[in-house]
Amino acid sequence: MSTASTEDTMGFDTAYESISEETDTGHRWAFGTGFTDPLAGVDTTVPAGVDGADLGAYCLMLGDDALVMSHRLQQWLARAPELEEETALANIALDLLGQARLLLSRAGTADGTERTEDDLAFGRGEREFRNVRLAEVTDGDFAGLIGRLIVFSAWRLALLDRLRGSADPVLAAVAAQGAKELTYHRDYAAQWLIRLGDGTGYSRERMARGLAAVAPLVPELFEPTAVERRLAAAGVGVDPAELRNEFDAVASVVLGEAELDWPDVAALARVSGQAGRDGVHTEEMGYLLAELQSVARAMPGATW
Amino acid sequence: MVTEAAATELLTRAWQIAGGVPDPELPMLTLADLGILREISLGDGHVTVSLTPTYSGCPALVEMRREVAARLAAAGFADAQVLTVLSPPWSTDLISPDGRRKLAAAGIAPPRSRAARRDGPVPLTLFAPGPQVACPRCGSVDTLQTAAFSGTACKDLHRCRACGEPFEHVKEV
Repeated sequence: MSTASTEDTMGFDTAYESISEETDTGHRWAFGTGFTDPLAGVDTTVPAGVDGADLGAYCLMLGDDALVMSHRLQQWLARAPELEEETALANIALDLLGQARLLLSRAGTADGTERTEDDLAFGRGEREFRNVRLAEVTDGDFAGLIGRLIVFSAWRLALLDRLRGSADPVLAAVAAQGAKELTYHRDYAAQWLIRLGDGTGYSRERMARGLAAVAPLVPELFEPTAVERRLAAAGVGVDPAELRNEFDAVASVVLGEAELDWPDVAALARVSGQAGRDGVHTEEMGYLLAELQSVARAMPGATW
Repeated sequence: MVTEAAATELLTRAWQIAGGVPDPELPMLTLADLGILREISLGDGHVTVSLTPTYSGCPALVEMRREVAARLAAAGFADAQVLTVLSPPWSTDLISPDGRRKLAAAGIAPPRSRAARRDGPVPLTLFAPGPQVACPRCGSVDTLQTAAFSGTACKDLHRCRACGEPFEHVKEV
């Protein structure tokens, strides 16, 4: 009964009655719970000459980065230092969750498995997640979060900005929208990094520690997998090694304003040559997935 | 088969109905004001409406799709289809002049025109952006951004130093 005019609604004895009437049409009344396919009505045909399995694997990588990072940001809610920062982190997490939904949906249509966003987000085990390890680690404090967010958003913005020209029109469209969002995320993190770095001696020390915590996770961001190399050659994806110059330029401007130096620390080692993109994660990933998937695993297929 | 004149009339009615649906998060705006109604077409007596999401994670899109379909059905358009169009992405430049007036009247500063994107990497904004957003209450441009994000994905928070009031502003995307 979404068409009920004001007079119709007034005919009910209570507001709840009008709400329950609405559910009779099969609609869920609670705002934001209509989890319909985010690609509904979008042409998801894989373009000729594009390898569907590779495209699916690639969208899974980029979708997992967004999903896992979004979950970590959501864990800051009710814990952020100020209400305004909490609102900012919630908004950034929401943007990334939206990107994840589109990319996971694209993965399931591209690889021919027809897996839905929910199948992929809630039905896979840790070894099947393809996110970089940067996305999954916990933050020691707010400065640690800012360090991780500037790295993640500067890297991802450079990537999505290039993917606007992808030979896959769905990926190109998701990237074009996402790049606009990431621009705000990167500015937010950069402004906080400068405020903390160029603040008091204590805030500067905490920010330097935050950067030292994130630095070992940075080299992995620029190491291409075979899938990324193949898709870059086909004009569908981007070789992450190409993002390094833009990333370094952004880091140099922001750290210069903050009067901080990029810490000289060793990269987090790969495990038998494997890292996040191969499904090899840090210990913290299992705990994250346990929380992220708990409701879906306890009540498979539940709707409300 | 409908005649061409009848088809045009049907399309006009469908535009009025679909375009008149209010945005769930900015209810002073209709979908037409917001500029997310991309296309309406008529085939075999069915209308197909194309909507563009404002942000990747916009939770309002589901409600909008549902409301458009329900209102069209109630107006006699059987089996109306609502599609999502992702490209080109929505921009605040698509908000109509009428929409901008309605936002200001509701105390929300409308978005400014976006500067054309230059070649090269997306530029960083390291300090509070200028030119300042005009206060929707008193019109002063002596305002301050107090937070880069607000209660919905599309807005940020400002304060007017002339009249002292806080206000929201639709961010340019």
